[in-house]
Amino acid sequence: MLNKATMGASILATAMSVGAGVADTSDKRIALSNNYAGNSWRQAMLGSWDKVTSAAVADGVVAEAPAFTTAENQVTEQAAQIQNMILEGYDAIVINAASPDALNGAVKQACDAGIVVVSFDGIVTEPCAYRIAVDFKAMGRLEVDYLATRLNGGNLLEIRGLAGVFVDDEISAGIHEGVAAHSQFKIVGSVHGDWAQDVAQKAVAGILPSLPEVAGVVTQGGDGYGAAQAFAAAGRPTPLIVMGNRYDELQWWKEQKDANGYETISVSIAPGVSTLAFWVAQMVLDGKDVPQDLTVPFLQISQDTLEESLANTQPGGVANVEYSLEDAMAVVAGK
Amino acid sequence: MRAYLTSPRFLRAALPAASFAILLAAIFYVQPRAMSYFGMNLMLQYTVPIALATIAQMFIITVNDLDLSIGPFVGLTACIGATLLADTPVLGLLALLACIAAYAALGALIHWRNLPSLVVTLGMSFVWLGIAVLILPTPGGTAPGWVKAIVGLKTPLVPFPIIAAIVIGIVVHVALMTSSYGAVLRGAGGNPRAIGRAGWSLLKIKMVMYAAAGFFGVLSGLSLIGLTSAADAHIADRYTLYAIAGVILGGGEFVGGRVSPIGAVIGAMTLTLTGSFLTFLKISPDWQIGAQGGILIIVLALRALINRREG
Repeated sequence: MLNKATMGASILATAMSVGAGVADTSDKRIALSNNYAGNSWRQAMLGSWDKVTSAAVADGVVAEAPAFTTAENQVTEQAAQIQNMILEGYDAIVINAASPDALNGAVKQACDAGIVVVSFDGIVTEPCAYRIAVDFKAMGRLEVDYLATRLNGGNLLEIRGLAGVFVDDEISAGIHEGVAAHSQFKIVGSVHGDWAQDVAQKAVAGILPSLPEVAGVVTQGGDGYGAAQAFAAAGRPTPLIVMGNRYDELQWWKEQKDANGYETISVSIAPGVSTLAFWVAQMVLDGKDVPQDLTVPFLQISQDTLEESLANTQPGGVANVEYSLEDAMAVVAGK
Repeated sequence: MRAYLTSPRFLRAALPAASFAILLAAIFYVQPRAMSYFGMNLMLQYTVPIALATIAQMFIITVNDLDLSIGPFVGLTACIGATLLADTPVLGLLALLACIAAYAALGALIHWRNLPSLVVTLGMSFVWLGIAVLILPTPGGTAPGWVKAIVGLKTPLVPFPIIAAIVIGIVVHVALMTSSYGAVLRGAGGNPRAIGRAGWSLLKIKMVMYAAAGFFGVLSGLSLIGLTSAADAHIADRYTLYAIAGVILGGGEFVGGRVSPIGAVIGAMTLTLTGSFLTFLKISPDWQIGAQGGILIIVLALRALINRREG
């Protein structure tokens, strides 16, 4: 995470460089409708939103940008929340949705009331809304592509996420596509780690005795450290484990790197994508031309950027990037 | 006249309506924009499926049972509505009829084996959810156009949700509270033995009540997808508790066949409006559930006061 002073300065600089364009949205109000806040990623997401939007409000870019989270991650609850936002007269609503389809009714009502709707992470399919989607399949492929540059092939262990969730299916599909493209690899085992270190450690410890030598571990984030612990506890050599940007994963990687030159990559989605959604909403309100569908880049940490990323990540947190208006413009421009 | 107005019976009947009116006035005060056709429509839209689910629950409560599966059941009918009913209307209709028949069969089973309804319906809630996930593994589907058209009706002067609530309340009131068979049905909750001795089939009564609950559950699911335009197996999980709270808030009792259809509809509307009210007050959602519970407790405490005078 950038420190506060540079962040504020960069936003101020952005505000000045854009000049007249910003003044147009100074009386606009943007609300965040969020369906869930129960893990470190979501907490970081809300933190980023708060940090960037409060600076934007202080600089007069927008009038107000409050965040609302539903208490129980329920579609009907979030639909009612969005309807209340319509009534409150917000100019734009940024949504992390509980369901891709079931909020379409409320989203359509918002659009019909002249409100700009931007969805991110949990996107909505209603055509009138803007979508900032994550290409999770590409993330899975990228992991195997990286392994192919480091290893001559071998057995892979796949750690999956929470069963039945769309993200888990997508990343896993990407990994399997990658393995199909690099036929020197073979997935010898697959467990569900639920994106949590403790669950992943237990699951990996359970399957390890039945596995031949494992050359690499492909993961979904939040499970790399648990996997490493399980391998160490079983007394087996540590394979190449792809990390997922969590603090404990980066910390472990750093220790290994210092001790024996361990090399890997870490990849996940930055929770600060909420701030990208904020700027996209602001740009639409500003009358800028924004495509309806955008793809957000992953946050990738390599051997060289490890120390810097680790220093900027809070203990227990997730490596993060917050977007400035300029960053958002670059994403919109497809750079 | 004055004696009537202060009688516990009148106060009891007026309490749900009074709490609703006070809440509505408070909302208009905090957010004047809500005081319009558009505003009322938006705010009350989601009360229609909740009111229907509450009526379904009320039928079950009338015969001294409790339905812990109405939420997942509404979710199932929503999934059927957004898939089978949209693609193959005949098959969809048959599936929905089968759902109602299943409810009637549950009523028969509970009566025949003298099983606790809590256990049976709790078990069934997982069955409904399982079938819903089988029908619609990932959220999606499309609501049939005619369902969307009915729910999205732009009625002149008075918003559709209000008209729908009035119609639901009155129709059920006439059927259950004023008809002679309705009196028998309620009597089965008040004193089942007397009704049985009088020659009425308690089995048939339970089946009728459960089938009625199933029917209103289906209506609730359909009206819900009419609003959301797509379904999700978990779309109505919270309706189970909403429906129970709505019945009680509307003046019903858990035992004794003492229910009020109009009160139940108002109770359901009050519950949904509480959420809007707390949002307009900008109360953090973390506190909202607690605050919602607080409002519920205040209303129930008032009723306990009235009941004491009645007793």
